Amino acid sequence: MKVKSTSTKIGDAVFVIICILISIICIVPMLNLAARSLSGTEFLIRHEVYIWPKGFNLEAYQTVLSDAKYQRAFVWTAFLTLVCTLLSLTMTALCAYPLIFPKLKGRGFINVLITITMFFNAGTIPNYLLMSDLHLLENPLVLIIPACLSIYNMIIMRSFFYGIPDSLRESAEIDGASYIKVLLKIYVPLSKPVFASLALFYAVGRWNGYGDALMYIKTQKQFFPLQLLLYNILNNVNAVEVAAQEGFMQPGLKDSLKAATVMFATVPILLIYPWLQRYFIAGVTMGAVKE
Amino acid sequence: MAKVKTYTDDNGNNIIVKTGITWGQSFKKYWQLYLLLLLPIAYLLIFKYTPMRYIVVAFKEYKLNMPLKEMPWATTNKQVDYFKYFKKAFQNPDFLRALRNTVKLNLLDLICGFPAPIIFALILNELCFKRFKKVVQTIAYMPHFLSWVIIASLVSHLFATNDGLVNQMINYLGGESISFLGDPTNWVRTYVAAGVWQNFGWGSIIYLAAIASINTELYEAASVDGAGRFKKMWHITLPGIKPTIVVLLIMNLGYIMGGGFERPFAMKNNLVMENAEVISTFVYKVGIQQLKFPLTTAVGLFQSVVGLFFLLTANTISRKLGERGIW
Repeated sequence: MKVKSTSTKIGDAVFVIICILISIICIVPMLNLAARSLSGTEFLIRHEVYIWPKGFNLEAYQTVLSDAKYQRAFVWTAFLTLVCTLLSLTMTALCAYPLIFPKLKGRGFINVLITITMFFNAGTIPNYLLMSDLHLLENPLVLIIPACLSIYNMIIMRSFFYGIPDSLRESAEIDGASYIKVLLKIYVPLSKPVFASLALFYAVGRWNGYGDALMYIKTQKQFFPLQLLLYNILNNVNAVEVAAQEGFMQPGLKDSLKAATVMFATVPILLIYPWLQRYFIAGVTMGAVKE
Repeated sequence: MAKVKTYTDDNGNNIIVKTGITWGQSFKKYWQLYLLLLLPIAYLLIFKYTPMRYIVVAFKEYKLNMPLKEMPWATTNKQVDYFKYFKKAFQNPDFLRALRNTVKLNLLDLICGFPAPIIFALILNELCFKRFKKVVQTIAYMPHFLSWVIIASLVSHLFATNDGLVNQMINYLGGESISFLGDPTNWVRTYVAAGVWQNFGWGSIIYLAAIASINTELYEAASVDGAGRFKKMWHITLPGIKPTIVVLLIMNLGYIMGGGFERPFAMKNNLVMENAEVISTFVYKVGIQQLKFPLTTAVGLFQSVVGLFFLLTANTISRKLGERGIW
């Protein structure tokens, strides 16, 4: 039995304290946000709210949750996220699975085609002009289709597929299963961890993304994802219009409203990611130790 | 019949090597796989390769609603001047500023942001309570899941000059308020700090995996020899994750000309544009808002080509060192 010396115990304690400090640095900004969203106007105006709400009330949330504009943006973004995630996972699997067959002719060529896109990007304006020519500007599909396959994620899935023993596939083939059936009946069920991990990556990417919407959608405001709406509100884009429409006139209320809006856009992801921790750690690690 | 190649070895014997199958056989056997690949390949061709056609805009005079082929080449004083817009870009002080800022911010991100996950992984590795370690990890991953719009909003409240939490603490400790967001130099510090905050936890995942794969017998042997905590960290853990560190460092150097759009766009403000404007935000402002397509396409092409050069160099170095590249 090993007995820890005093110096080791002190060392352990020091590392625990460092980790507690790091955790506090991570959490305090969120606590501050939550406190602001729950605080009374008079305390916010006097800048007295730190990490605990003062003059606790749910007014800001009531306003945000009952506002048709936010409701619509929330539902629209949730819908977009769901569609994007499902489509992206399908595309990723469609691309990764055939490429694990070593004898497939043209595999090398396709790999080159894929690798080039990882090194060279045509640039923002060529992409914009393409969207324009494809009639995707001001079109909700522009938020779904152009980003529906990530090569990095494809490589992660492919290395996971490589890890599934060939013998499973071969015995199914001998039993007369088609390749598509092998994918659906063997590879997909065995790859739940990688699907969970990539689903999280794609979903977070879509939920948090606003750059594409900012560039490609200007007039069709009903297609703005939540984050772009948030950007416009936080940065007072069209401030007069917003204030006039939504009673954002009282300054203190405005601050708690903003905070509540940010909470509203953040909480869904913060509720989900801890449960998928095991999977996304595997996903990140797999991306690093490519075959 | 499989395709074969015949070689003759030193003793004059023929060696027959199967080199795979013919296209016809492959199609017959694997037609389903080709079917599956149709959509992804169509996607790559349309959304990754077709945009390259539009690069030619950098060398032309852009006319609205005119097919690319009919657009006239760029001209200076009625003389064809293909590189007109590249010259213009390099005479444009705004672009030169954006270029400088891109490299500067990326370098600072690298210097501050690269060691942070390594240090954090080393600290986590010293924790002996599994539960506690897991809680710390979960908390540290959280910032990675926040969008830049949200992080920018958090930063603007925490670092506000009058009433931000950070300045209130500084005042409490007897210091003067600091203009973290309004002063260009301080803004750069805040920007880099936000990057470290967002990424140190997430970035540690790779290093933790590398640490986990170190042979535990090494630690036991070192303990027997009387090595302390820091000796083990220095002589076993760090050498154990060195390959991972080297590869990630080189690949990160390869992205020095790159640059996301969402982070600088969300964090910039009008007071600090001299330090905050980077190439991606410049292209957005001048290209998409002011519709100066040839100039910004030229800028984008310049960025892509230089980026490609850096990446290929990084990749080559990585392979020379006997490590994997990104392909």
